[in-house]
Formats: sequence, C-alpha cells, structure tokens
Amino acid sequence: MSELEKARIATVSLAGCFGCHMAILDIDERLIELMKLVEFDRSPLTDMKTFTRRCDIGIIEGGCCNEENVHVLRDFRRNCDVLIALGQCAIMGGLPAMRNAIMHSDAPLRECLEEAYITGDYIRNTTHQIPNDPALPLLLDEVYPCSDVVEIDYQIPGCAPSGDIIFNTLSSLLAGRFHGFARENIKFD
Amino acid sequence: MSDPDFTFTIDGTTIPAKPGQTIMEAADAAGVYIPRLCDHEGLRHQGGCRVCTVKAGGRSVAACTQPAAPKLVVENETDHINKLRRDLVEMLFHEGNHLCPICEASGNCELQAMAYRLDMTGPTKFPYLEPCRAVDASHPDIALDTNRCISCSRCIRASQDVDHKGVFGYVGRGIHRRVAVNGSDLAHTDADITDHAISADVCPVGCIIRKGVGFATPIGEREFDHGLIGSDIEGKRRE
Ligand code: SF4
Ligand code: SF4
Ligand code: SF4
Repeated sequence: MSELEKARIATVSLAGCFGCHMAILDIDERLIELMKLVEFDRSPLTDMKTFTRRCDIGIIEGGCCNEENVHVLRDFRRNCDVLIALGQCAIMGGLPAMRNAIMHSDAPLRECLEEAYITGDYIRNTTHQIPNDPALPLLLDEVYPCSDVVEIDYQIPGCAPSGDIIFNTLSSLLAGRFHGFARENIKFD
Repeated sequence: MSDPDFTFTIDGTTIPAKPGQTIMEAADAAGVYIPRLCDHEGLRHQGGCRVCTVKAGGRSVAACTQPAAPKLVVENETDHINKLRRDLVEMLFHEGNHLCPICEASGNCELQAMAYRLDMTGPTKFPYLEPCRAVDASHPDIALDTNRCISCSRCIRASQDVDHKGVFGYVGRGIHRRVAVNGSDLAHTDADITDHAISADVCPVGCIIRKGVGFATPIGEREFDHGLIGSDIEGKRRE
C-alpha cells in the first residue's frame, strides 16, 4: 500500500495522564500490522505539533481542563473525519473531574489549587503563590468530557483501555465494519 | 384448593410459573435474566429502580413486582426496552459521582456491570449533577460514600427486615432524597460490620464500604471480570 493510500491518524493527550497513549503501545506486535494500514500525523508519538493535512481518524486522550484543551479539541474536530474519545478521562472527565465536586467546597477549583500549591501538608512552594504566568493556559471552571465540547463519533472505554479493545476498534473501523464492542470487553477501569 | 401452575412467555420462550410468583421470580427459575438493581435475593421486592421494566401484555411494568399470569406475553430483551434501561442506568451514573477507576467496588459493582451489559458506551446526552456529599468515615469498620448511592434501598430493607435495626433510611424528597443513617453519623448508630445490610452483597455499588478490604481482589478475578451480570441466571438454562 502506498503512503498516500494509508489512513492518517492524529492523536493528542489533553487532560489525561498519558496512560491512554501508553495503552496504544499495548497493542504490541500488532502495531506492525496496524502500521501497514495507517500513518501517524500530528501526535506525541511523532512529535508533530500541527496537522500536515486532513486526517481520517483523530484519537483524543483526556477531557478539557483548560482553554488550550478546548482549542486543540476543536482543531481536531475540524481536521479529522472521525473523532474517537479514548479512555474514561476523554469520555467523562475521569480522575481530573474529581476537582469538580470537592466536599464542603463552594469554590472547588480554588480549594484544589490552594491545596496543591499552598496549604497541602507535603508542599514546598517558596513563592506561596498559585502559578499565574501569562503563558499558562487559563483553567476552566470544571473539567469537561470531550462530548460536551465537540461531537464525538466513538468512545473506547477503559482506564486505560486494553490494547485489545484499541486494536480491535481501530482495525474494524479501518475495514469499515465496526459494529460496537463485544460486551465482555467493555471496562470502565 | 390452590390454583394450578401455568405458563406464560418471555420473548417467545415458554416460562412455567406458580400462582403468586412475579414475572422475575418465574424468569429467574427458568434461566431467563431480567436486568435489575434494586431487587435482591432475600429482600422484599420494591419496584423502585425500574431497570427491570418489561412489556407485559403491551404495558410497561416492573417485572420484580408484577405477578405472572397465565398466557401473559412478556417482552424483555428488545432494543426499545434495553434503550430505556440504558438511559435509566446512565442517569444513575450522572446523578452521583461514579469514577470507576478509583472506586473499590469496581469489578464487583452491579451498576457498572449493568452498564457493560447494556452497552453504555455512546457519547452522553445527560448532564452530570456532580453532588458534593460528605463521606462518613466515623465508624471504625465501615465508611459511607453516598456520592455513589443509587437509592436502591437495599440497605434500608436489609437493616429493617433482616437485621431488625433500621440503621438506614431516606431523608428529603424528590431529587434531594438520599440515604441517611439513624444517628448523627455511622459511629452513632448500632451498625455493625456483621450486619446483613453491611455485607458485600447488599449495597450494589461502592457506597457502603467495609474498611480494610478494598482492592484485595486483583483485576481479572473480580466478580464481573468472569462474565456479564446475569450470566449465572442465564447459565441455569443451558444446564
Ligand atoms: S483514562 Fe485513565 S489511563 Fe487514560 S488518561 Fe485518563 S487516567 Fe490516564
Ligand atoms: S459504584 Fe460502581 S459505577 Fe460507581 S464508581 Fe464505583 S464501580 Fe463505578
Ligand atoms: S447505600 Fe447502597 S444499598 Fe443503600 S440505597 Fe444506596 S446504593 Fe442502595
């Protein structure tokens, strides 16, 4: 298959732990099979920061916790035919969404930042300030699932999803015959 | 003289039943699984969660409380009913905080297992309510995280009817109704780790937590790692 006929895949990690990208590598030696069918465009795996051209599939790890995440996610929607939310963070906010509902707090984001940078027992922060450099993307009030921000075509569940479910989903999508997951393979953890 | 046994059908399969049996009891005995969350073996039926909704004679009824009747035609596993059930289960997820990756019930949780069985994998159309309820960890052996409670009342029925204690009850109304304990906190009730209401089987989710035993079973060996929820009942049919 010539390079031009290969499907192009772009990937990105938003508010995630990179575990879902590590899980893509969990497809092990089947990567060789997959690489006969696809080429990676913009992705941390290629270290390309921008799209070189329109992609067939965009894979999103993580939800949106800051304005840059929203910008990148919209950019993926514009540049990809099919958008996949990979893992619980992308699907429902995941662990970062714990900051949305902090017990006893009317201002959970503030409480989260204060505990992380000022009041926490195990912190050594000589500035005694919450980082506020203009270069840092503005945090959103809450962590949002990807489907709250753009239209998502498919969601691959798991934290992290297994190599099997990632490989099976991608290969059946590429073959044009994805008809949902085997129920035994659906896991939220 | 008591009424004779009879039959009815579920999705075209003939199900034998005895007078007084509910649709679900007869189905269970015949190895036909009807999804359920609030119904639990050994506790009185309640018909609260509506996950067991079936069409009986064209009407939507709760299979756990509706008596079976001769020649009744019941629909159970149809796309339409399963979609209703999936929406119900999804709303239960959204009503609480269900972060499965950090929950000690994960893999043994009936809500999660029901989501797997009903293929709850599509992008959601419901908002997340994200409650902020305080965790009650006052008791030396038990903790309560009601952010994961699905108001199934299994603990209430178990504590009242089996333990004869009444440790759990509801407070509030409508969307604000939630499970509370009969005291200022769990430590100030007569709840005990040996209560039936506290046993691993009663709370279907990770709300009633037995301290010191979480995450003991490795991934792959937990209850629903071995098969879909309901497969034990369905297995009876094949035997
Ligand atoms: S879903 Fe799990 S593995 Fe994936 S980014 Fe989130 S926390 Fe990491
Ligand atoms: S109670 Fe069940 S559904 Fe809720 S977070 Fe825990 S495992 Fe997931
Ligand atoms: S605490 Fe558990 S058993 Fe009790 S009502 Fe809530 S979910 Fe049901």
